Amino acid sequence: MSEQQTLKDHFRETRIFRHRLVFIAVVMLLLLGLLVVRFYNLQVVHYANYVTQSERNRVHVRPLPPTRGLIYDRNGILLADNRPSYTLSVVKERVKSLDETLAVLSEFIEFSENDVEKFHSRLKQRRRPFEAVPLRYRLTPEEIARIAVNEYRLEGVEVEAQLVRHYPLADLYAHTVGYVGRINERELNRFDEDEYQQYSGTYTIGKIGLERQYEKTLLGEVGYENVETNARGRVLRVLEQTPPKPGENLHLYFDSEVQKAGLAALKGRRGAIVALEVETGGVLAMVSSPSYDPNLFVTGISHKDYNRLTQSRDLPLFNRAIQGEYPPGSTVKPMIALSSLYYGILDPHVAIYDPGFYQLDGEERKYRDWKRTGHGRVDMNAAIRESCDTYYYDLAYKTGIDRLYEFGYQFGLGDYTGIDLPSERKGIWPSREWKRNHRGLPWFPGDTLNVGIGQGATLTTPLQLAAMTATLANRGRKVQPRIAQNLVLDIEESNILMDVSDGHWSYIFNAMKEVMHHPRGTAYKVGRNMSFEMAGKSGTAQVVGIAQDAEYESEKLSERNRDHALFVGFAPLDAPKIAVAVIVENGEGGSSEAAPVVRKVIETYLEQEQIRLQGQTLQAQSEQNKSSPVNTSTTAVGEHSVNG
Amino acid sequence: MSTADFLRRLPSAALDFQRQENIWTRLHIDLPLLLLLLALTAFGLVVLYSAGGAEFYYVKRQAIFFAMGYVLMFTIAQVNLSFLMRWSWVLYLIGIGLLVAVLFMGVGAKGAQRWLEIGGFRFQPSEVLKIAMPLTIASYLSRRMLPPKFKYIFVSLVIVILPSFLILRQPDLGTSLLIAMSGLIVLFMAGLPWSYIFSALGLVVASAWPAWHFMLHDYQRTRVLTLLNPEADKLGAGWNIIQSKTAIGSGGISGKGWLKGTQSQLDFLPESHTDFIIAVLAEEFGLEGVLCLIGLYVLVLTRGLMIAASSQKTFGRLVAGSITFTLFVYIFVNIGMVSGLLPVVGVPLPFISHGGTSLLTLMMGFGLLMAVATEERRVSLD
Repeated sequence: MSEQQTLKDHFRETRIFRHRLVFIAVVMLLLLGLLVVRFYNLQVVHYANYVTQSERNRVHVRPLPPTRGLIYDRNGILLADNRPSYTLSVVKERVKSLDETLAVLSEFIEFSENDVEKFHSRLKQRRRPFEAVPLRYRLTPEEIARIAVNEYRLEGVEVEAQLVRHYPLADLYAHTVGYVGRINERELNRFDEDEYQQYSGTYTIGKIGLERQYEKTLLGEVGYENVETNARGRVLRVLEQTPPKPGENLHLYFDSEVQKAGLAALKGRRGAIVALEVETGGVLAMVSSPSYDPNLFVTGISHKDYNRLTQSRDLPLFNRAIQGEYPPGSTVKPMIALSSLYYGILDPHVAIYDPGFYQLDGEERKYRDWKRTGHGRVDMNAAIRESCDTYYYDLAYKTGIDRLYEFGYQFGLGDYTGIDLPSERKGIWPSREWKRNHRGLPWFPGDTLNVGIGQGATLTTPLQLAAMTATLANRGRKVQPRIAQNLVLDIEESNILMDVSDGHWSYIFNAMKEVMHHPRGTAYKVGRNMSFEMAGKSGTAQVVGIAQDAEYESEKLSERNRDHALFVGFAPLDAPKIAVAVIVENGEGGSSEAAPVVRKVIETYLEQEQIRLQGQTLQAQSEQNKSSPVNTSTTAVGEHSVNG
Repeated sequence: MSTADFLRRLPSAALDFQRQENIWTRLHIDLPLLLLLLALTAFGLVVLYSAGGAEFYYVKRQAIFFAMGYVLMFTIAQVNLSFLMRWSWVLYLIGIGLLVAVLFMGVGAKGAQRWLEIGGFRFQPSEVLKIAMPLTIASYLSRRMLPPKFKYIFVSLVIVILPSFLILRQPDLGTSLLIAMSGLIVLFMAGLPWSYIFSALGLVVASAWPAWHFMLHDYQRTRVLTLLNPEADKLGAGWNIIQSKTAIGSGGISGKGWLKGTQSQLDFLPESHTDFIIAVLAEEFGLEGVLCLIGLYVLVLTRGLMIAASSQKTFGRLVAGSITFTLFVYIFVNIGMVSGLLPVVGVPLPFISHGGTSLLTLMMGFGLLMAVATEERRVSLD
């Protein structure tokens, strides 16, 4: 050891060491220089790229869905509102394993196969990245607590508070107010770029009824906020906000009391009611029976409920009031009679003899009156009052199809009323041209006779009949039927129909009054003990054709082949306010089945008017006496009456 | 530049400074080095406060470790070099024993056994070797005639390879390489002939292919592949690098401001208070901050090299040189890794990263450096 040390060459050792140290120093400098170049490259050369990327990491744009507009009836009663509801959603991008997460969730949250199936189909739809996909709606507070406790196991699972559409009156307005439902793929694909933006953050869209008709108005405008999120996607703060613009509220002409009375009157039967405010054309009631609960559709209807609704023979989803096309039967007779007066074809006071049938010259075929024994001698008044078919065969024949068509068309038959509801049907008001185009056949005189009693090819919707009746009640001033009050549609407000003389109107009104109040009137039984006078006309529409010599025998026909019962009417006679059309499917007797419904609706409406008038008087008084703190607005009184 | 000029001036400059024995010399403290270390410590705590989510939790812990570290440094600075030279092999053998123990009764995570748990206290035996390795090799070689003959080189290599192999088995490739390196650099400074060095490099290149396929673990291969193409797996393996590069790049020249780095504060940056802390610094203080830190490191390294160069004793200068170079390797590997130049290996950034054991080892290294400096002053004053 000591020998070795004596052999050490200190000078050489130090020289080598220092050379090596310099080498090391140079290597260090070069490598540290490389790091500086690297940082210069990242922080100066590519600075812009990385800043963008870090902003993209940090800032996310979140849509703020607008609050959907509310829907009120004329008394301020809510027909559609929004209720907070807690939704369990999953952000797929943040979930490591979807199946695992669902398995963990199923430990403490109940969801059905159906929920999972729907969830998976929603996942497949086009959606924005990092958009939460709902798994279950309407979480209970307990479920929310359970999720909160297990949050650490549930990355990517969110509980969102959302406003969900709610229809407090359930089945009362299912067909008219309609419902919203989840935006489906077809609707999503139809969106243009602007709509796609407008619906970011909104999960539902109006599917039918007013919800669909006024979708744009009710929706409002989407807002945005820029939020700062951390790496786990949790929102830390809002950087910038453009608030959403809530949708406009809709105020309808509907009177919920009238609507309720109508739906109750049709309970257990298939049928429809349309009641119009004569002055404005506003729809006071529109019932299609049977109805259903629109709330079922809002967050996705179950298969069971959906099958029950779609497979029912009673077609609850079908809005009979605007889509049901029925032969109007005798309900068109006052209008037909008026046409012959207008064109000066008949003298109303000249009576004809009715043997129970009518025959065209040179024809074998007998056009039967509903009364086999005939009405005897009838003038126009009696023909309306007692609904004499034979008189109308004669009248129609003499007036001719071209005039009948022209006149009826002016009353809105055979055309859309233009009501603010989607999917309206227009029925058929036949003309020569129509028959040539649709049947490929020329017009026969017999066709004219059938039109005269509202049969043959004639089809009308209950809405058309109500509009026709309102036009009658208005003495020819045609009004546009509509549901929403505050949205002025682009229509001709008042349109004097034809120059029908007052005498002729009065004549027809009187005849319609006698239907209700004359002992020989068809609806005399219904018209007794009324506190006001009303005009009406019954109708019976054949569902199946009856052979020339066969009898109509109710018992032999299956229930669904029996005649439809119809009735139209307006009241009060001297200053008409409400016009109503009712159809009871397979109800057989227009006067016995449909007329009481009309009466009930009209009475309810007039009572409501009475209450409103009192309310207005009270309000006027309280306004005069300003020191009085009592707040009795029309709305408040209306609501009170509903609750009472 | 003439190398000879540099050589002649370097030691004399150091010597000028050490002429008179002042209070610092008596305390065995190299004042310039101490001041630089304190500056780095302060800088590190400031960055750590931000990286720890603007909370004092990590700062407090780190400050305690720093305090312990400085005490340890002062203590070791008092130790006589010849004592160290004589007894370093004992430390080495203890280290080997502990490493063997780790293989049988170690604890760890993520498929690696790196820790020993004794009485609730956890530590990594590989840390012992970080100190023991340069001391042992330097001690061994300083007694031989240098440059070393083949026989001594062979023995030195055995001393290097034994612990490296044990650490590799844990497995911990990064630490294994670092410890091997701290021994090999001593051999290099002792005058390992260039012919050996080039042959060894040739061998490494030739064996790279079989090593890649048969020796590396899956996670190590993943790390290398991730480095080569981090875009391939944005949310998985490449996430760390993409996020750290984003943090660094978005800092720009002057940074987003202290505590205002969005990548760091919003948890996009992984391991932000440990291995990836330079990204926090780069994001919040920008290139200016990074240059500042690298500048401080350059001064520390320069001081280390000066101490090594001015030391007249073989053992002292080999130890000083090895410690300085090891410090550099930590700095380079960490910063290179975070900025995407090198594969992701778990190496902390000296003085800045949070972590107790590595900090204590680091300060022990500086204690040794100061011991060498003190020895030299004594020698030059005699």
